[in-house]
Amino acid sequence: MPTVLEARNLVKRYPGVLAVDHVSFSVREGTCFGLLGPNGAGKTTTVEMIEGVTPPDSGEILYCGEPTGRRFREEAGIQFQNTALQDFLTVRETVQLFQSLYDRKADIEYIIDECSLGDLLDRDNRKLSGGQRQRLLLAVALVNRPKLVFLDEPTTGLDPQARRNFWELVKRIRAEGTTLVLTTHYMDEAHVLCDEIAIMDAGRIVAQGSPDALLQRQYQNVVIELPLADISGDLSSIEHRVLEARGVIEISTNDVNTTLKDLASRVTGLNRMKIRQPNLEDLFLDLTGHSLRT
Amino acid sequence: MLRRIYAIFHARNLEFVRDRSSLSWNIVLPVALMFGLSFIFGGGAPPEYTVGVLQSGDTVDSGSHPFLGTRHVQFVPVTNLDEGLTKVARHQLDLLVRLEQPRRYWVNPESPRGYFIEFALLQSAGTQQIEKAQISGHPVRYIDWVLPGILGMNMMFSCLFGVGYVVVRYRKNGFLKRLRATPLRSFEFVAAQVGSRLMLIIVITAFVYTGTSWFLNTRMEGSYLTLLVITILGAISLISIGLVVAARVTSEELAGGLLNLVTWPMMMLSGVWFSLEGTDAWVQRTAEIFPLTHILDAARAVMIDGALFRDVLPQIAVLCVMSALFLTIAALIFRWRPR
Repeated sequence: MPTVLEARNLVKRYPGVLAVDHVSFSVREGTCFGLLGPNGAGKTTTVEMIEGVTPPDSGEILYCGEPTGRRFREEAGIQFQNTALQDFLTVRETVQLFQSLYDRKADIEYIIDECSLGDLLDRDNRKLSGGQRQRLLLAVALVNRPKLVFLDEPTTGLDPQARRNFWELVKRIRAEGTTLVLTTHYMDEAHVLCDEIAIMDAGRIVAQGSPDALLQRQYQNVVIELPLADISGDLSSIEHRVLEARGVIEISTNDVNTTLKDLASRVTGLNRMKIRQPNLEDLFLDLTGHSLRT
Repeated sequence: MLRRIYAIFHARNLEFVRDRSSLSWNIVLPVALMFGLSFIFGGGAPPEYTVGVLQSGDTVDSGSHPFLGTRHVQFVPVTNLDEGLTKVARHQLDLLVRLEQPRRYWVNPESPRGYFIEFALLQSAGTQQIEKAQISGHPVRYIDWVLPGILGMNMMFSCLFGVGYVVVRYRKNGFLKRLRATPLRSFEFVAAQVGSRLMLIIVITAFVYTGTSWFLNTRMEGSYLTLLVITILGAISLISIGLVVAARVTSEELAGGLLNLVTWPMMMLSGVWFSLEGTDAWVQRTAEIFPLTHILDAARAVMIDGALFRDVLPQIAVLCVMSALFLTIAALIFRWRPR
């Protein structure tokens, strides 16, 4: 698959902060690329440099092998993390306004149907719920039949049901061959939607690859979780870490039988025990020493 | 390009029309002005006649001549003949009289008030010989003089605050950033904002002018087309100043302060309410830097004196230069998003 987007050594400094520190990655056509990291990691600054709304201090951005310019603006669709729309316009007028700004045009009815906005067309866009608003912002990002779509934290603030509905919508867009760049601090979102991810922390990319490949490369173990309250003995002989915020201990092991035997005499019971595969959050924790949600 | 400009222009118009508080303010204020003016200036003649007394002193001695004791007449001293004649011509004085030898009076034959006060003068003069000298002139009422000022002031506030605040709000809430990510160019965005506000200003100003003319039969000696050109260029120059103020600011409070900083000196020094004739030269020179000064000079010349297009070319040229200068500055320093 050809490379649609390439970022080379992007650097952005703000007073006292190196927000983006020599970030490089490339996005292949038809894939979903995720930038995963906690708030303040530099994800939004990175994509805004690519989108052309924030000038980089140094580095190079190529769209289809050429520096980003009018062709990029014409062919990219962007959903910002925080953005206002023009007041006093209805959903239909908002979509039409943005479509008028492009030469490339999608079928409005199709977009409205795809984003489930049919019942909201005449509603003032200030009176939409969080999920409805995100669907409108996505529709606005799709009005130009984009080849490349940026979604910056698209499900932040949505309830679980709205998040899952949004994921389904994004999957449908991807299935049509549109290339996606997604920033998120939800590891499950990145795992469900992305073919490839770059994990960012403190302005740098600390790991990059497909979610499964990254996990397989890092882990051969499974994770046993137990509530702290159920621990009665000394665990010093068993390698573990304590997640006080969640009130659990985690034990990584490649021999569950032996670990369970060792634990049996040190706990009040195993009824609340969980055994799971390591996830991207574990990976982030191991790579950076702190949690995604801090 | 035109399609994109029209899209932003149309969306801004919809926003303006549907924002009822803003719409009502923009409609109610000019209408209130119109009715206020009608009430103040349309209620018939002032209670007193005004007669200028040509003399060297600056107080009028009411005992020095029987005419000066006439009731319902305000006598004001006039020390300069030419000045007095101009005021008679413009109906700021109903009659000018010199009661010292050689006695003479000047009256505007087209002034009905002058006609009546002349009777009172001749009655009180008795057998004294007093020579009559006529001057010609058209009545210029205060409303005729002040109407361009009030319309210009309303235009100034609407242009500066209407554009300045809107752009700052768009920048603050991220809408400008969102537009930046589309193929829209800054020039296209600015053109749409100028066009939208310009259309609004022309419609409202024409509405208030028509209403006021109808109620008060205000004077219009010149060409409506010339007046329209002055109004359009004036509005563009004022909108351009609003764009300069709003080019980078992200705080509505700061924008409000800066806009007040620009509007108040214009309101005081551009001749909205009173003429700057007789003020210090530096005040008049300072006033020249404000577009409103040139707008009002040109509008008054057309409306009151019947100036032709070529007569107001200097003001039109200044307005064109100012518009080009301010628009260039605004485009150069314009920022889509907060730093």
